Amino acid sequence: MDWDRVYDVLVVGGGNAALCAAVTARQAGASVLVLEHAPKAFRGGNSRHTRNLRAMHTAPTSVLTEQYLEDEYWDDLLRVTGGQTDEELARLTIRATAEALPFMEACGVRFQPSLTGTLNLSRTNAFFLGGGKALVNAFYATAEKLGVEILYDTEVASLRLDDGFVRQAEIISRGFPRTVRAKTVVASSGGFQANLEWLKQGWGPAAENFLIRGTPYAKGRVLRDLLDQGVASVGDPTQCHAVAIDGRAPKFDGGIVTRLDCVPFSIVVNRHGERFYDEGEDVWPKRYAIWGRLVAQQPDQVAYAIIDSRSERLFMPSVFPAIKSDTIEGLAEKLGLEPSKLAETVRGFNAAAGHGSFDNSRLDGCHTEGLTPAKTNWARRIEAPPFSGYPLRPGITFTYLGVKVDRNARVLMQDGRPTANLFASGEIMAGSILGKGYLAGFGMAIGTVFGRIAGREAAKHARN
Amino acid sequence: MQETETTEEARRALEICNACRYCEGFCAVFPAMELRREFTTGDLSYLANLCHNCKGCYYACQYAPPHEFGLNLPQAFAELRAETYAEYAWPKPLGAVFQRNGTVVALISALGIALTLILTVLIQEPSVLYAAHEGPGAFYRVIPWWLMTTLAGGTFLYALLALAMGFRNFWRDTGSSLAGPAGPRPIATALHDILTLRNLGGGGHGCNDRDEGFSTQRRLFHHAMFYGFLLCFASTSVATFYDHIVGHPAPYPFWSLPVQLGTWGGLGLVVGTAGLIWLKVVSDQAPAARNLLGADYALLGLLCLTSLTGLLLLGLRGTGAMGVLLAIHLGIVLSLFLLLPYSKMVHGLYRSGALLRHAMERHAGHAPAGD
Repeated sequence: MDWDRVYDVLVVGGGNAALCAAVTARQAGASVLVLEHAPKAFRGGNSRHTRNLRAMHTAPTSVLTEQYLEDEYWDDLLRVTGGQTDEELARLTIRATAEALPFMEACGVRFQPSLTGTLNLSRTNAFFLGGGKALVNAFYATAEKLGVEILYDTEVASLRLDDGFVRQAEIISRGFPRTVRAKTVVASSGGFQANLEWLKQGWGPAAENFLIRGTPYAKGRVLRDLLDQGVASVGDPTQCHAVAIDGRAPKFDGGIVTRLDCVPFSIVVNRHGERFYDEGEDVWPKRYAIWGRLVAQQPDQVAYAIIDSRSERLFMPSVFPAIKSDTIEGLAEKLGLEPSKLAETVRGFNAAAGHGSFDNSRLDGCHTEGLTPAKTNWARRIEAPPFSGYPLRPGITFTYLGVKVDRNARVLMQDGRPTANLFASGEIMAGSILGKGYLAGFGMAIGTVFGRIAGREAAKHARN
Repeated sequence: MQETETTEEARRALEICNACRYCEGFCAVFPAMELRREFTTGDLSYLANLCHNCKGCYYACQYAPPHEFGLNLPQAFAELRAETYAEYAWPKPLGAVFQRNGTVVALISALGIALTLILTVLIQEPSVLYAAHEGPGAFYRVIPWWLMTTLAGGTFLYALLALAMGFRNFWRDTGSSLAGPAGPRPIATALHDILTLRNLGGGGHGCNDRDEGFSTQRRLFHHAMFYGFLLCFASTSVATFYDHIVGHPAPYPFWSLPVQLGTWGGLGLVVGTAGLIWLKVVSDQAPAARNLLGADYALLGLLCLTSLTGLLLLGLRGTGAMGVLLAIHLGIVLSLFLLLPYSKMVHGLYRSGALLRHAMERHAGHAPAGD
């Protein structure tokens, strides 16, 4: 490693967006250095946990069926964000996803038909064979083959901005402080969801009990550093994408296997044994993202989903076995709840439930009467032992706060002026386009599209 | 089979896999897994034997070590397969040979060669043993016909019986026998999967033969070895037919059918086994079950020696070295026959059984509802 070398492009981060930028810049002839905070085994940021790319296409292509056109894609995005998006950047992203898929294939990423249980996505989303880590492996192999230099275990502490110009990067490489110089910098270092102290600014002490679904390396250090130096921000600084996951999940990096899909067929109680929200409001894919927030608002940020034996097989298995008992009181004891209180809640629910016929395959309208809060679908009595319980906790996927960029991925200052040589891609700027909610495979779409733009523009700028 | 630490680890791994399913496109194991929620030891045995050890799932796994879930499915399955080989061995006490299979296979092979050499020396005059022999029946002047046929036929028939009993044990233990007899379509599917090694295709792009890069080398080497073995077997069968039915005893001319089949088959075996040994040496050891590598090397070595000595015998059969070479070659073949049911060779048997079972499940899945 030649620490005196001035690289054409310095890429901060090691996930999909970073690698797309690095590969694109290198293909354009630039010398590229990638700084990945994680050690090699955990490289790839949250991309490691992803599984698909939402891609526009005018005809069946690769593993995607039928067609998925710009306007429908845009409508889908508008719906989930409630308008908190930037139409110009969003449409630019959407159109470019058509090219993103072949780009990934050229980089060695392999695709597979839609996974079992996700047939609803077979038209819109291309699934990575083996998931996100396989994609990350393919990108690193391609980058290495092209001659991109990669440093693992290397965190960027600060990008010194001087009148909109990044002079150098202060880094900590394998524990040693260093300085790296480059003509241009691409910041692709993600959000701050793994930084509990920062999350507490928006959530208070409750954030202590949050579980982080993805990489523990998304500390937001570069994001903080840039915002402190006058870079323009986008996105609500307090908000994060939070879903309810199995409360027994590891603090970080639990990923997909910690999800729990049983809520619609259950009653969910807090630690006092009381229900607090309509579990059957809508089908789970449309509701799972509100449950993180709901659980976060409960005492100790914990809740418990209770089902009876008839519902055991109606949802995807979680990695942790259900906690079981032949009686509600017995289950309450095992879950650490007050047995008489839980029994009373279940009795109250059962007395009000069962109006309509239960059908797990659709919104069945089987509801409660005279119960607050009501359960409006799948309100079947919980009466067939053994009973199963799953603890729930908020699982944080990503944060919305980011740096503001223009259509060339160039980072903007608070006064609206563009920075001279700083670009951004991926979660660190995704808040510009996805200000609220989530659309499956759209994070990877933004990362890939803006990664390529940032890589192209950075290489071009370095040449001039 | 019994619950052991190995079955528990395989079950723990599969429960993580079943909640993730990102690897669904790699091979047959994952679709088969998804048909189940709980895994009996029979299910685990079935899935472990369905695994072709391509390691695609290991390199793609977000939960692989050093993640705290420490998921290493290829390794867990390899260790479980070794236990299933011991479990299904017939007769049962001989299952113990799978404990230190590398050593056992190497020792038996050495003993087989020594025994044949000693026997040959005992029953033959040195003048006959070291002389050059030519023309029909030349081999029998060194090792008498009756000895060769009794030993070869006896050990081979015994091996077939032991393999059949092993298969029966596998089929019953995995619950496959409950599914009724296999129909022609599942059999055709399974045969296709076996003969093409479809599951070493990694979803069409190859496997992680050496590291996180993809290649089809292992599949091609295995094909060379497998079809080489079949050609050698065909050569022996044709020669047996010529000798015993037509009354035309060996050795046969170079351009005759048995010699051509044996030569090409032998070359395939040498290339295939050498290639597979090389891949094992250079590959990343992280997803491998290192304590089981001995068994792999021992069988590959034995197969390689079988073909090498056969080819050498062909080359030097007109010289005085023929007698000793013949004894060595036959000693190795004898050991191979004896070891068929007690070496890594059984993987083909249970793998085929698992593929048949999987084909039956797939075809049953396509049947109309209520069927």
